[in-house]
Amino acid sequence: MNEQQHGDHPASNESMQVSLFVTCLADLFRPAVAFASIKLLEQANCEVTVPPSQTCCGQPAYNSGDYEATVPLARKVIEILEPADYVVVPSGSCAGMICQHYPRLLEGEWRDRALQLASKTFELTTFLTQIAKIQPLSEQSTELPTITYHDACAGLRELNIKEQPRQLLQELCGVAVKELDQSDVCCGFGGTFCAKMPEISGKMVGDKLDNALATGAKILTGGDLGCLLNLAGRAQRQGEDLEIRHIAELLCGDLDTPPIGQSGQR
Amino acid sequence: MEQRSNTFLDNASEALKNTGQAKRRDSMARLTPLLRSAAIEDAGDFESLRQQMKQVRQHSLDNLAHYLTQFEQEAVHNGNRMHFARDAEELNSIVLDICQQHDARRVVKGKSMVTEETGLNSFLQRAGLDVMETDLGEYIIQQAVETPSHIVTPALHKSAEEVRELFKDKHDLGPRALEDTTDMVAEARQVLREHFLKAEVGIIGANALIAENGYSMLVTNEGNGDLCANLPKTLIVCTTIDRILPRAEDATAMLRLLARSATGQSQTAYTSFYSGPSRDGDVDGPQETHIVLLDNARSEMLTGDYREMLECIRCGACLNHCPIFASVGGHAYGWVYPGPMGSVLTPLLTSLEQSNALPNACTSCGRCAEVCPADIPLPDLLRDLRHEETLEKLSPSRWRLGLKLHAWVSQQPWLYRALTATIIPLLHLMGRRRGSFTRLPFASGWTNERNFPAPQKKTFMQLYKAGMKKPNE
Repeated sequence: MNEQQHGDHPASNESMQVSLFVTCLADLFRPAVAFASIKLLEQANCEVTVPPSQTCCGQPAYNSGDYEATVPLARKVIEILEPADYVVVPSGSCAGMICQHYPRLLEGEWRDRALQLASKTFELTTFLTQIAKIQPLSEQSTELPTITYHDACAGLRELNIKEQPRQLLQELCGVAVKELDQSDVCCGFGGTFCAKMPEISGKMVGDKLDNALATGAKILTGGDLGCLLNLAGRAQRQGEDLEIRHIAELLCGDLDTPPIGQSGQR
Repeated sequence: MEQRSNTFLDNASEALKNTGQAKRRDSMARLTPLLRSAAIEDAGDFESLRQQMKQVRQHSLDNLAHYLTQFEQEAVHNGNRMHFARDAEELNSIVLDICQQHDARRVVKGKSMVTEETGLNSFLQRAGLDVMETDLGEYIIQQAVETPSHIVTPALHKSAEEVRELFKDKHDLGPRALEDTTDMVAEARQVLREHFLKAEVGIIGANALIAENGYSMLVTNEGNGDLCANLPKTLIVCTTIDRILPRAEDATAMLRLLARSATGQSQTAYTSFYSGPSRDGDVDGPQETHIVLLDNARSEMLTGDYREMLECIRCGACLNHCPIFASVGGHAYGWVYPGPMGSVLTPLLTSLEQSNALPNACTSCGRCAEVCPADIPLPDLLRDLRHEETLEKLSPSRWRLGLKLHAWVSQQPWLYRALTATIIPLLHLMGRRRGSFTRLPFASGWTNERNFPAPQKKTFMQLYKAGMKKPNE
């Protein structure tokens, strides 16, 4: 739908100063995603800092309709991130929240600041393909098994993330994605939706998993931890032999970390 | 129509258990987006078509009073009688009055969601009239004493087998087995012909009202609308005030999007423009025509925050692309309009209190807005309704307070770090053997349907602060 509006980004050999917005789910459930993101950004000649007082972008309250509770949090995030040259987010929905929804939610001066921040905020795979173009490492040699990719809705429709992860998987890992049937249909996560309407969400995640399994891929990946936790939880419940990992982990060749929802002690 | 929107979750649960219907819904959910996208591709530049449509719809609504006046003048000039109904009861009474003035006993109806909204059929039937739906889908559900499950294809929930059994039960079939669907269609057509010929009054809806010439426009695939309009002596067109368009050209522009978005056809089998009663020399047509324009909360919407919803052209594309509609079907929504458009309209036309589950039946996936030919930001409108739900404290208090608390704690980084640095390592220890939890207190909504993945050893912020480069498990 709406293309991210971005200003001019000078291409140069100087390293770019990037602030990583870790996202709360990566911070709490999957540090591997944030470490992988840092590694990839450094590989793309970026200097990465992690603003220490960041927490959550505010999607839970916002999407549940509590705009009043979201506004102060959104302002806080803006204050924390706006000094950066670039902000990179390893999640389409959190990047979409900052780029599309903060300007919608806020008014006046804060709206201007939100738009300013939006113009330099990027989802990880978009940043690595369009702004700081990452080159494959010569020694990068982790052999990846067959992969299928889940297009998370917010990334797909708010930020047009479709080709970027596929291109990176091809260029950095040499693998082509085995495409899912019904790839543009939601996995049933939807933030608090999955807990408010579990039965419907369960049907949707079951369908998504069936489509993933039908590809015969060994790994299901994607750019949004919300969806991946949902899918991994369902795969574990059904006892499926499918590894679920965030795209950043695959791109930097991290297969040592146990897949989401699986223990390292199998 | 009796409303059951407040039991949405129970309705949905019931729908999910009906495996036969669920299977048919799944195949429709696969098929209809393919049909639409093929048709849209064929139409050329969808984006500029829909932006053009949006401009026209916005302009019409900006100048609604002007165009309604113009329409009324032109329609009256064409010999129509105009009626304005403030609410459902008024529309029903106006229609009944007209029928009674003509001592009518038999009414044939074309498909009309507006008259579903007002409950016209049961109102007329209670007054002793024989009301026959003539759209095949509407006819089927009328025979089955059910309600539409989709705004374009009302009997979507019915299998061919169920229709065969229904006809066997309701019709005098003799030895005929109605093996093919074509046999069933022929059977319904045969029965309906009789009704068309006998009815004194025909009632139809309208897809658009054209201000410049006072015509109403109707699209159908069965031609039943034309028979309802032309065979009985009296015709009543029932629609809402927001259907207005300035020019005939705008109505045909709308046609380019409507059928493609609705059924994936480049155009419907029949597109009709009704001007008024038959004139001298006409071979057929009604002797008397009435146009009843219903408001029913539309003028309130016009000045409120959900005005864009009035731009809806009722194509049903949002239903066909909604994974939640695909999962639970139209009846679960508990009133006339289901799916994303229905989840916006129902609270506005009834009350949020009676239907606050509906705006929550959305993952904000955005597929509806992507295909909407009127470019209505449905997920935003649904979120805004959840905002009202929050303000009016209609949502469960544990959710409301929980989310407020989460947002507040997220603004206190030191507290957030302290809490998460305690909870996460603990959760990791508890879940590390299996890697996920089958049950967790306070998370039953999640764990009813899936395991809860255990976190890694510590939070990223803990590890990063300690100078680690990997989660180091």
